[in-house]
Amino acid sequence: MKDQALATQGADPVLLPQTGLRASARRIFALVRRYIYLLRSSGIRLIELIYWPFLQMLTWGFLQKYLATTTSQVAQAAGVLIGGVLLWDILFRTKIGFSTTFIEEMWSRNLGNLLTSPLRPFELVGALSLWSVIRLLVSMIPVAIAAYFIFGFNLLGLGLPLVAFFAVLVLTSWSLGLLSAGVILRYGLGAEELAWSLAFLLLPLCCVYYPVSVLPEWLQWVALALPPTHVFEGMRSILLHHVFDATELWRALALNAIYLVIGYLAFSYFLQSARVNGSLLQLGE
Amino acid sequence: MTEPQTANTPSVSVAPVLVRDLVKVYGKVTAVDHISFMLEPGTTVALLGGNGAGKTTTIAMLLGLVVPTSGEVRVFGADISKDRKQVAHRMNFQSPYVDLPMRLTVRQNLTVYAGLFGVANAVERIDYVAENLQITALLDRPTGKLSAGQKTRVGLAKAFLNAPELLLLDEPTASLDPDTADWIREKLRDYATRRHATLLLASHNMTEVERLADRVILLHAGRIIEDGAPSELIESYERETLEEVFLDVVRGRSSRDDAGDRLPPSLLVEETS
Repeated sequence: MKDQALATQGADPVLLPQTGLRASARRIFALVRRYIYLLRSSGIRLIELIYWPFLQMLTWGFLQKYLATTTSQVAQAAGVLIGGVLLWDILFRTKIGFSTTFIEEMWSRNLGNLLTSPLRPFELVGALSLWSVIRLLVSMIPVAIAAYFIFGFNLLGLGLPLVAFFAVLVLTSWSLGLLSAGVILRYGLGAEELAWSLAFLLLPLCCVYYPVSVLPEWLQWVALALPPTHVFEGMRSILLHHVFDATELWRALALNAIYLVIGYLAFSYFLQSARVNGSLLQLGE
Repeated sequence: MTEPQTANTPSVSVAPVLVRDLVKVYGKVTAVDHISFMLEPGTTVALLGGNGAGKTTTIAMLLGLVVPTSGEVRVFGADISKDRKQVAHRMNFQSPYVDLPMRLTVRQNLTVYAGLFGVANAVERIDYVAENLQITALLDRPTGKLSAGQKTRVGLAKAFLNAPELLLLDEPTASLDPDTADWIREKLRDYATRRHATLLLASHNMTEVERLADRVILLHAGRIIEDGAPSELIESYERETLEEVFLDVVRGRSSRDDAGDRLPPSLLVEETS
């Protein structure tokens, strides 16, 4: 049996500086690399990323096509439904990307290794956020291209506001992802249903497929307190009236700032609570 | 010996581990009950005790995974509850109860952790550690396809990546066959000697402890019952092996009294965690 000495001969580790932005970025990219490896290891995961948004786009695209031949002018307005579904998928897929990636760490019992490494909680959040956007792009770019060729709907036709819509939806999904991850950290995988259901709670309230005015008045206040509502209202305004109201988007971004702070504080609170309660890691006993 | 030593030992502020009056209470259960100890550089210390003695909770507090109810944990002088980031790169950890992601290959896992620990020469270091732990042939295999013994070696490779000055091990040879377990112990002994690293291992494997540890901290119901070199404890209890000492302790026999004597009632509480 070959028996060399560890650590004192040959390739002693050269440790890079552990503090500062560069060190944080390095740790974030190290973790993102782990998620890239994971995606690369499974073709089924990659296909699944595109499969569901593609099916959804097809369903709503054909519905839009049918309505265009039979019903009102509003329904005929090109892309209201298919635009809604594509933007909703930005929110939903980013949220699911954030949460399921976190749950993956718990499923694989890797969280103990991560949290005993130099990785800091905000870097873990940074890696999950970055990865959720990468996943989204892998998922949505082919579907948006397919929507153009199948239904003639050009998502880029929304113009520059699309960038703002994208930012608002992604920021909201991170807030929701932080909240779900915190609850799962504290209460374990039994709470993972929350990761799936939380985004769906927003579906009726954010007025993805209908205007806010459809809701009862008291519920309109709730809807307007949610950043994505302003995105869907803005999208309809562009597609139906060719008008873009930037004030709505500033409101949405301001609301997002509040929700992100709340999300991060909730995540930090639940992480600390898990450390106090010993639920962070069952090391064996 | 439950209080940290100060004479003929390194400064308390730079000791690899300093634990003072540490308590952890979960609800009504006291898992760790006012324990204090200090680890000196280059020593291998075993936390020995039965199930629920508080070994794992103690290690989890040293790692910052569990927050103490009261008391103090310092690692290389840093308060681990507040300043873990200052010292995290100087320590590492391995446990059979924590896995590396199964779908990733061994090399991918080690590459990710080399990045997290900031190992600049990751490729060379991974090759070197892999060669030493005889896992080179496994580097491109999915971690989930490995046997228990292979996974343990991979876990150790991850723990050695940054050549830690402090290595915390929870049951390092659990579920391994005797030959592999013996080989792992030899590796740990060799590492500690050459790196002058401090090793703290939680175990209830007496052979392992006798073979590896310079010092044993015997825990029962969250308290330190004995603290000393294995040979001292064996002598003190007038026994042949550490296992007999352990049985004396968990069955409530005091060391320096007659074998039939019992510990004070306060130490005979139910196991707590």
